[in-house]
Amino acid sequence: MVDRIVSKNLHFFGDNISTDLIIPGKYKFKTTDPKELAQHAMEDADPEFSKKAREGDIIIGGENFGCGSSREQAPLALVGLGIRAVLAKSFARIFYRNALNLGLPVIENRQVVDDLVPGDTLEIDLKKGAIRNPRLNRTYPIKPLPPFLLEMLEADGLVAYYKKYGRLPWQKA
Amino acid sequence: MGQTIVEKILTQASHGKAETGDIVVADVDYIMAHDGTAPLAIEAFGEFGAKKVWDNKRIILFIDHDSPSDSEELSALHEMMRSFAKEQGIKLYDVGQGVCHQLMPEQGYVRPGYVVAGADSHTCTYGALGAFSTGLGSSDVAAIFLSGRLWFRVPETMKFVLQGKLPPMVAPKDVILYLVGETGADGATYKSVEFTGSIIRAMSVDGRLTVCNMAVEMGAKDGIVATDEETFRFLGGKRTGEDYVSDDAVYASVKEYDLSRLEPQIACPNMVDNVKPVSEVGRVEIDQAVLGSCTNARLSDLEIAARMIKGKKVAEGVRFLIIPASQTVYLDALRGGFIETFLEAGATVCNPGCGPCCGLHQGILAAGEVAVSTTNRNFVGRMGSRKSEIYLASPATVAASALTGVITDPRGV
Repeated sequence: MVDRIVSKNLHFFGDNISTDLIIPGKYKFKTTDPKELAQHAMEDADPEFSKKAREGDIIIGGENFGCGSSREQAPLALVGLGIRAVLAKSFARIFYRNALNLGLPVIENRQVVDDLVPGDTLEIDLKKGAIRNPRLNRTYPIKPLPPFLLEMLEADGLVAYYKKYGRLPWQKA
Repeated sequence: MGQTIVEKILTQASHGKAETGDIVVADVDYIMAHDGTAPLAIEAFGEFGAKKVWDNKRIILFIDHDSPSDSEELSALHEMMRSFAKEQGIKLYDVGQGVCHQLMPEQGYVRPGYVVAGADSHTCTYGALGAFSTGLGSSDVAAIFLSGRLWFRVPETMKFVLQGKLPPMVAPKDVILYLVGETGADGATYKSVEFTGSIIRAMSVDGRLTVCNMAVEMGAKDGIVATDEETFRFLGGKRTGEDYVSDDAVYASVKEYDLSRLEPQIACPNMVDNVKPVSEVGRVEIDQAVLGSCTNARLSDLEIAARMIKGKKVAEGVRFLIIPASQTVYLDALRGGFIETFLEAGATVCNPGCGPCCGLHQGILAAGEVAVSTTNRNFVGRMGSRKSEIYLASPATVAASALTGVITDPRGV
């Protein structure tokens, strides 16, 4: 989904948040249900996270967010929890792809993350390619996604896109 | 201007011209998934509403990560994989046959110039044979099940030229740990890393598989080694004209290292790039030593460990776990007498598979425990408790440490 995202519930994490931290391996072998996975999201980084996080919240990460395993259960657990977007200084490649495939916006911008403090609100407009921090009255550009990926995100992910259009996002109509 | 190996492969696979930065849609030669990732991919494929996969001979499934199953819930997921494989006519390597990244090259699914994708981050291993191979998540894999193709951004290539000659007891694992330490856990994110130089040329395919396996630990999309005589020796001795070499290509960076004086390396908790020489870690007592995983459980790895512990005993209080990478490796090790050596020394030999590497079974660490392991990741909670610690090292360092009970430089044993 690429509507405007506005949240003041930001959850801050540091650098190198691995997929082992986002969802420990032991849970991905128990279930494929996003709601069940969500109960254990980020638990080795913050055991209280799944209780604190609410629908529509945003995760703020440092460098190399989502490094490690290719498990799609990592972004799936965040989707299951209702996380609306992940903003980080940088992302590991597979996590980034997986998140987009599940319709979870992932935004890479060092400056926004550096400028944020707890209590800030974020306004994200993926279509316009802009993020705004109202406290600083500052707007930051987002590096645009290739159009077919933006369309996929708009359709809520890869499977949802296929169901809607009967083709994969990179296949010509 | 010439092309990098990856540009050449993606040009061929996309039936166009693939230049760095382009987004191409490429044909995939083989796609693999395992018990940690296949269930989601199968579910996604089901949601597409398709009946048949694009080509059942080009999909390979593995039950290796938690195998044999240790829970009812997982047994249900294994069953789901088996019935999907049966219904689609897909080859599935079941319990005990080995780790996916060992079996793919060993069973002949990887050839130079291929595009091989896998629902596992360590799919980058197969670059050792001159293939473009990369890890993906389950939705992307489902899209390949459906169409046989996928989009890729053509990556920049970072080239590592490794010159000199490795000293005794310094292994391919030490080389890649050193490079991950130098480059950083995200130093090669989104990029292809090519390994070359006299050290790579003198290295067996076993060693190249170890090196490419950990390319993802510097964030890379894939690791790759140009083909040569050794590649074709591994593939059965027949030179088929499939040479994949980059000539005068443009690289994002070229780094040259002389590794003639490299010492055994170790990645300390809790990051893969927290690397130093084993000689500098000080006294670290261990509870568990692990020789296994897609990084280091091939015959040559087992052989060096067996040679080191022959006639000796594993230290009191240390659990030395040995997990051969495949049934073939296990049988060869048995015939070579290595398994007997391990058992006589007091080690535990487990069935082929992923072992405790990702914290699922066969050696989960309790809070406060320390392991030295030939695996590829030491993130918090990777092998069990988030309060346990993992040190990553070569088979020789792991074997030496199993004998002494503390992390030990193998050159002194």
